[in-house]
Amino acid sequence: MKYQTAIVVGASSGMGRELVRQLAASGTKVAAIARREERLQELVNEFPGLVTPIVHDVTDHDAIPELFQTITRDLRGLDLFIYNSGAMPIVEVKEFTWEKDKQMLDVNISGAVAWCNQAADRFLHTNHGYLVGIGSVAGDRGRHKQPVYNASKAFFHTYLEALRNRGVCVSTIKPGPVDTEMTAPLNMKGMMSAEQAATIILSKADKNGEHYLKLAHRIAFYIIKRVPSPIFRKLKI
Amino acid sequence: MISTQRIARVAGYGMTQAADAYVYRPTCVEEINKIFDEARTAGRKVTLRGAGRSYGDGNIGSETLLIDITRMNRILSWDASTGIIDCQSGVTIENLWRFCLEDGYWPPVVTGTMYPTLGGALGMNVHGKNNYCQGTMGEHVIDMDVLFPNGELKTLTKDDDLFYAVISSAGLLGVITRVKLQMHHVASGNVDVWAEAAQNWDEQFALFEKYEHNSDYMVSWVDCFAKGAKAGRGQFHGAWYKDREDLASRVAEKQDLPALILGFFPKSLVWKVLKLVCNRPGMRFLNAAKQFASSTIGNNKMHDQSLVAFSFLLDYVPDWRKAYEPGGFIQYQTFIPKEHAKAVFAEQVRLQQEYKLESFLGVLKRHRPDKFLFSHAVDGYSMALDFKVTAKNRVRLWELAHKMNDLTLKHSGRFYFAKDSTLRPEDAAEYLGEGLPKFRKLKSKLDPEGLLVSDLGRRLKLS
Ligand SMILES: Cc1cc2nc3c(=O)[nH]c(=O)nc-3n(C[C@H](O)[C@H](O)[C@H](O)COP(=O)(O)OP(=O)(O)OC[C@H]3O[C@@H](n4cnc5c(N)ncnc54)[C@H](O)[C@@H]3O)c2cc1C
Ligand SMILES: NC(=O)c1ccc[n+]([C@@H]2O[C@H](COP(=O)([O-])OP(=O)(O)OC[C@H]3O[C@@H](n4cnc5c(N)ncnc54)[C@H](OP(=O)(O)O)[C@@H]3O)[C@@H](O)[C@H]2O)c1
Repeated sequence: MKYQTAIVVGASSGMGRELVRQLAASGTKVAAIARREERLQELVNEFPGLVTPIVHDVTDHDAIPELFQTITRDLRGLDLFIYNSGAMPIVEVKEFTWEKDKQMLDVNISGAVAWCNQAADRFLHTNHGYLVGIGSVAGDRGRHKQPVYNASKAFFHTYLEALRNRGVCVSTIKPGPVDTEMTAPLNMKGMMSAEQAATIILSKADKNGEHYLKLAHRIAFYIIKRVPSPIFRKLKI
Repeated sequence: MISTQRIARVAGYGMTQAADAYVYRPTCVEEINKIFDEARTAGRKVTLRGAGRSYGDGNIGSETLLIDITRMNRILSWDASTGIIDCQSGVTIENLWRFCLEDGYWPPVVTGTMYPTLGGALGMNVHGKNNYCQGTMGEHVIDMDVLFPNGELKTLTKDDDLFYAVISSAGLLGVITRVKLQMHHVASGNVDVWAEAAQNWDEQFALFEKYEHNSDYMVSWVDCFAKGAKAGRGQFHGAWYKDREDLASRVAEKQDLPALILGFFPKSLVWKVLKLVCNRPGMRFLNAAKQFASSTIGNNKMHDQSLVAFSFLLDYVPDWRKAYEPGGFIQYQTFIPKEHAKAVFAEQVRLQQEYKLESFLGVLKRHRPDKFLFSHAVDGYSMALDFKVTAKNRVRLWELAHKMNDLTLKHSGRFYFAKDSTLRPEDAAEYLGEGLPKFRKLKSKLDPEGLLVSDLGRRLKLS
C-alpha cells in the first residue's frame, strides 16, 4: 500500500469514483466526498471499512476548513489529497449564461482553492503528503466553445504551479477526453475509460509537475499551446 | 478549530515511524490542563513526548494534540549535601549532570545518550549499563507529581501502587510534571574502564559473570556478522567509580566531548563517513576491524575515561542516525532470563545471518528484575540491535523480528517499548501478562475518556 490515507473530492462518479475504488483496493483508507450520497454509499458497500462517505457541496466554501480537520482526524493522517470535482455544463456556441458560468467558477475555482489551500497548508507544515489536482487539456487554450470551463482549468493549473513553487509536492493532471457522465452528452468516440485514467493518475500522483494521460496529448498540446493566437482563432477548435 | 500552524510531522528516533500531530510546548501544569480541554473540544486524543529519543512509535500519535514537555525544563531545587534534586519533568539527563557534577553527583542511571528528559525516561523507565546493580531510573525517584487527564494532580511516592504503574506505562496513564530524584555521589568525574575481548558467546557471558558482583557498570559489544566458533565475539567493558576526590575532573567543561575526532576530523561530519559504510559489507568490515583492534592493542587494558565519554558514546557522533537515511532503522532489544540468554541470543544472531540481515551493532547488558507495571527487565541479559530499514528489506526484516520475538516469548523473555517497532498485540499481551489487565483497569479509572494515546498504544491495542 503506497498511501495509508487519502481524500478524494468529487468521488461519486467518473474518474473520482475510480480513484476511490483503486485506492481502496490497494488498502488505502479513503474519505470520499461528493453531493450524491447514494453513489458514495455504493463505494462504502464495495469497500466497507476503507471508504468513508462525506456528503458535501464544494460550493459551501466556509465549511471546508473545519471539515478538512475532521476528516484528517478521523482518517488519522493524510498522505494523498485529490481535488477532482469539476463542473462542465453544456454551453451552446455563443451562449452566455451566468448560472452555468458561476457553477463552474464555484466548483472548478473557488471550491478547488478552498480545498487545496487546506491540503497545501498542512503539507507545508508537515513536509509530508501529495496533492493532486485534476485539471484538463481544456485549460491549455481559450477555446470558443467553453470560455469559462477553459479559463477555470487554466486558473487551476496556474494556482497549482504556484503551490509547487511554495514547496508542496503537486501533481497537475491534464486529462484529454475521458468516458464519464461529464462527457456523455458530447457523444465522442475513442475516449479513454475512467478506470484507465484513474490508474494513470495514481501512477503520477507522487510526481511533482504537470502530466498528460497520453504521450500523444503531451506532444499535441506542446504544439497547440504554441500556435499563435490569430492562427488558433482560425482553426476553430 | 485547532490552529493549522501547530501541525507538524513527528517521528520516533529510528525515523521509520512518523505521524502528523498538533504540537504544543507547555511550560506548566495549567497549560497542560488547557490542552486536555482543547483536545476534548476538538474530539481528539493527546500524546506525550519528551526529547523524542524512543526509537519506535511510543512518542508519536497520529492526529493527536502532542504535548512536548521539553520547555518544562526548570530545576526547582538542589541540595548538594544530600544529592536530592527537584525539577520539572522536561529536565534532561544532560541538564542533570551539567548542574550537579561539580558538587560530586551524577545521575544514578543514565542512558546511552544524554538527551532524554526525565518525563520520557520515566515513561519508559530507562536502564543504564548499571541496571544489574542500580536498577532503573524509577527506583531512584523520591517523589513525583503526575497530572491525570481528569485534572487531578497527585504526588506519588514509592508507597503508592500508582507510582509503579505511571513509571513504565509509556505516557498512557498521566503526565509526569515534576520529579524529585536522588542523585548518585561520585568523587571523581572519571571512571576506570577495563576493556577485554571475548572470542565467542561463552567468553562473553563468562566476563559478565566474573564482574557482576564487583563492578559499577558492564556492557559488551557483539559482532553479529561472526559465525561458527567465532559467533558471539566482541568486546567487554567494565567500569568503576574512583574513590579519590577530584574536583577538577567534575567541572562540566572538562567532560565536554571534543569537537574534533582524532584531533582533526570535525565530529559533525562523521555521519557522512558512516553513511558510506552503512551497508552490509561496510559494517561487516567495521565489526571485524573493531574485533581485531580490541583483541590486540585494546585488549586487557584499564584506562581512565570521563563519565560523559564512557556513558554517552553515541553522542560523540552528532546526527549519527542520518547514516541510516532515507529508510531509517529499528532498534530491537529483548531481555532474556540468564539461564536461556546465551542460547536465545546465539539463535537470534544465527537467524539474522540466515536472513542476511545482520544487525550493524549488537550490545549486551546485564539486568535485574523490578516491580514496575510494564517492566522490561529480567534477572538476565539483554541484547540491543540496530537494523537498517529499506523499502526492499522491510517485509523480511519484520518477518525476522517476529521470529526473534517468538523465541523471546518462548523463553519467558521481555521487550522494551522504547525500542519496539515490531511487536503485535498478541505478543504484547503475552509479554505483559497480568500487567495488561491491571493497566486497563487503572486506565479506565484515571483516564476514562481514553484521552492519552500513542501510536504504540494503538498498534499494540493496549487500551
Ligand atoms: C542513542 C540512544 C541511546 C539510548 N540508550 C538507552 C539506554 O541505554 N537505556 C535505555 O533504557 N534507553 C535507552 N534509549 C532509549 C531512551 O532512553 C528512551 O526511549 C527514553 O524514554 C527517551 O526519553 P525522551 O525524553 O526522549 O522521551 P520520548 O521518547 O519522547 O518519550 C518516551 C515515552 O515517555 C512518555 N512521556 C514523555 N514525557 C512524559 C511525561 N512527562 N510523563 C509521562 N510520560 C511521558 C512518552 O509518551 C513516551 O511513551 C536510548 C535512545 C537513544 C536514541
Ligand atoms: N471527462 C473528461 O473528459 C474530462 C477531461 C478533462 C478533465 N476532466 C475533469 O476531471 C474531473 C472529473 O470529471 P469526470 O469526467 O469524472 O466527471 P463526473 O463523472 O461528472 O464527475 C464529477 C465529480 O465532481 C463532483 N462534483 C461536481 N460538482 C460538485 C459540487 N458542487 N460539490 C461536490 N462535488 C461536485 C461530482 O459529484 P456530485 O455530483 O455527486 O457532487 C462528481 O463526483 C473534473 O474536474 C473534470 O473537469 C474531465
